Amino acid sequence: MLKKRTALAALGLGLALSTSALAQETIKVGLILPYSGPFADAANQLEAGINLYVAKNGDTVAGKKIEFIRKDTGGPNPDVAKRLAQELVVRDGVDIIAGFALTPEALGAADVATEAKKLMVVMNAATSIVTEKSPYIVRTSVTIPQVNYVFGKWAFEKGGAKEAYTLVADYGPGLDAEKSFARGFTEAGGKIVGADKTPVANPDFSAFVQRVADAKPEAVYIFIPGGAQPAAMGKALADRGLTPPNVKLFGQGELTHPEALESMGDTANGIITTFHYTLERDDPLNKEYVDGYMAANNGRAPDLFSIGGYDGMHLIYEALKKTNGDANGDALVEAAKGMSWQSPRGPMSIDPETHDVVQTVYIREVKKVGDKLQNVIVDQIADVKDPNHGAQ
Amino acid sequence: VIGQVAIVLYDGFAFGMLLFVLSVGLSVTMGLMNFINLAHGAFGMLGGYVAVTLMRQLGVPFLLALPCAFLAAALLSIVLERTLFRRLYRAGELNQVLFTIGVVFVSAAVATYVFGTVQQVIPMPSWLRGSIEVLGLRLNVYRLFIIAVALAVTGLLVFGLERTRLGAQVRAAVDNQRVAQGLGLDVERIFAITFALGSGLAGLGGALAVEIVGLDPSFGFHYLVYVLIVVAVGGLGSVAGSFVGAALLGIGDVAGKYFMPEVGSFLIYLIMVAILFAKPLGLFGRR
Repeated sequence: MLKKRTALAALGLGLALSTSALAQETIKVGLILPYSGPFADAANQLEAGINLYVAKNGDTVAGKKIEFIRKDTGGPNPDVAKRLAQELVVRDGVDIIAGFALTPEALGAADVATEAKKLMVVMNAATSIVTEKSPYIVRTSVTIPQVNYVFGKWAFEKGGAKEAYTLVADYGPGLDAEKSFARGFTEAGGKIVGADKTPVANPDFSAFVQRVADAKPEAVYIFIPGGAQPAAMGKALADRGLTPPNVKLFGQGELTHPEALESMGDTANGIITTFHYTLERDDPLNKEYVDGYMAANNGRAPDLFSIGGYDGMHLIYEALKKTNGDANGDALVEAAKGMSWQSPRGPMSIDPETHDVVQTVYIREVKKVGDKLQNVIVDQIADVKDPNHGAQ
Repeated sequence: VIGQVAIVLYDGFAFGMLLFVLSVGLSVTMGLMNFINLAHGAFGMLGGYVAVTLMRQLGVPFLLALPCAFLAAALLSIVLERTLFRRLYRAGELNQVLFTIGVVFVSAAVATYVFGTVQQVIPMPSWLRGSIEVLGLRLNVYRLFIIAVALAVTGLLVFGLERTRLGAQVRAAVDNQRVAQGLGLDVERIFAITFALGSGLAGLGGALAVEIVGLDPSFGFHYLVYVLIVVAVGGLGSVAGSFVGAALLGIGDVAGKYFMPEVGSFLIYLIMVAILFAKPLGLFGRR
């Protein structure tokens, strides 16, 4: 098996070398994303971010034309992602693989990147371990411990909570979030009084929220995937009177995305969330980005996936500029190390040691601005690294 | 403690009633024609999208959007029944399953094309938001509304089946199709009408479900499992069976998650297996 794989990778390398003479004027980027299935919306938003960057900056960089080849994983399928990565490298002869909305996709493709020595840009997949799986991986999105560990500390020190109950979705990201929030919160001196987990595909939260309500906690920390769940969660909380100021509600940014806020209504007022991207952040770069994005996507606002794709493309463009269009994986990774730039999300950089993203974490509170509910930034913590990569 | 149990029962019953409206049509049509229609949830999705679009784009009030969702799903089902589904009545079960699951895929792709992959938000009127206090319990108003709608639907169905001519024909056809046909009943026509009514109810259920569980193009797949459990547990062709099955499923699901959160989400499957061991035809199934 291993032999076969190496042979395959070698074949891919050979092909890539032989075609590179012919295809000097183009650089092929293979996108691996869940274009269909339950996470199709994430893929769409991420790709819209990529498209916006290319529309703004042209499809030529360092004298070479950028060409995309898209592959659909259909969801969190590591085997499919691996096969698609192999196909991209061996058959399509891509120079860079990118995308990866979900952690299993990134984990599946990591070996291929290592063996073929191709730059692999992770534009979303947010569990810590992703960047440790291959020296060719660079991440431009966020990690869950990155935003939640500092948030746990903040919740105790500035958020005024002494005891908290955690309620998270029962899958990798949810467990990561629970662990890192609890670690930050207890290290600062807080106490976790209860912890429950909801099934990932959960249509009805009433039972879990009732358990939380019975415990009468001072604060609740919530992590659930975006999409339909935040609105359902918000309503379940409101039904049981678990809304600020009766209780402090903490969560990661997905909980209060714009559609969820619209659906929750005024009961969302006062929910405090942690995130790396805030749609309404007052900044000219962000305003230009949001306006451009909404104009290109029928008025749909960008989200965390969009910004990951947008900054991922920025990294690819800037790295290619540095190498003068050389798409060699080692050269590109070298160029990406330590790169820092102003993104619509704020200042960000790539950690030279871990190849992971370093950025500002924003603490936001839902407030009424005009007649609309918004995530208003109430605090920010600069240059946050993922705490699981030996930092802090 | 009694208050907490009451709340759990209430929430579970309301969720069960939602599943009942979504699935009762499938139970009756499967009992009638032995036609395995896995695309039933797709009609629910259609109802949801119709309701959301009418309310958001045209400002139609919620109470009017619900019958529109029913009609839209019923009309489309008549068209599909006439053109596609009827060709498969005599085909094998595997063909039916493959074909109808294909329809679900197509419906998901069409919904993605027309509405995008984004989660749809349904703007609820203010009188259906929030909760009211009854005997010291906070009851969600919308869930109360769902229970009321489901009970009304049950009443109409039972009345229609027991007291009307069409109902008598449906019962006769479910009991013994060949004899009913031999006595001159137009079983195909009865089935077409029943199919439209069942799909319409799924559309109504879909519209009601948006507020509780959300709506996106994967709706047809997501609720297929729940709908099939209700049908299997309740027994084919039985309104009472669907009602009891859905209530058991809803209450079992919510109670399991409340009292044993670690295993709660598996509990409904255990209940299903236990019931089917004891009664392989479902609680009210006759054949």
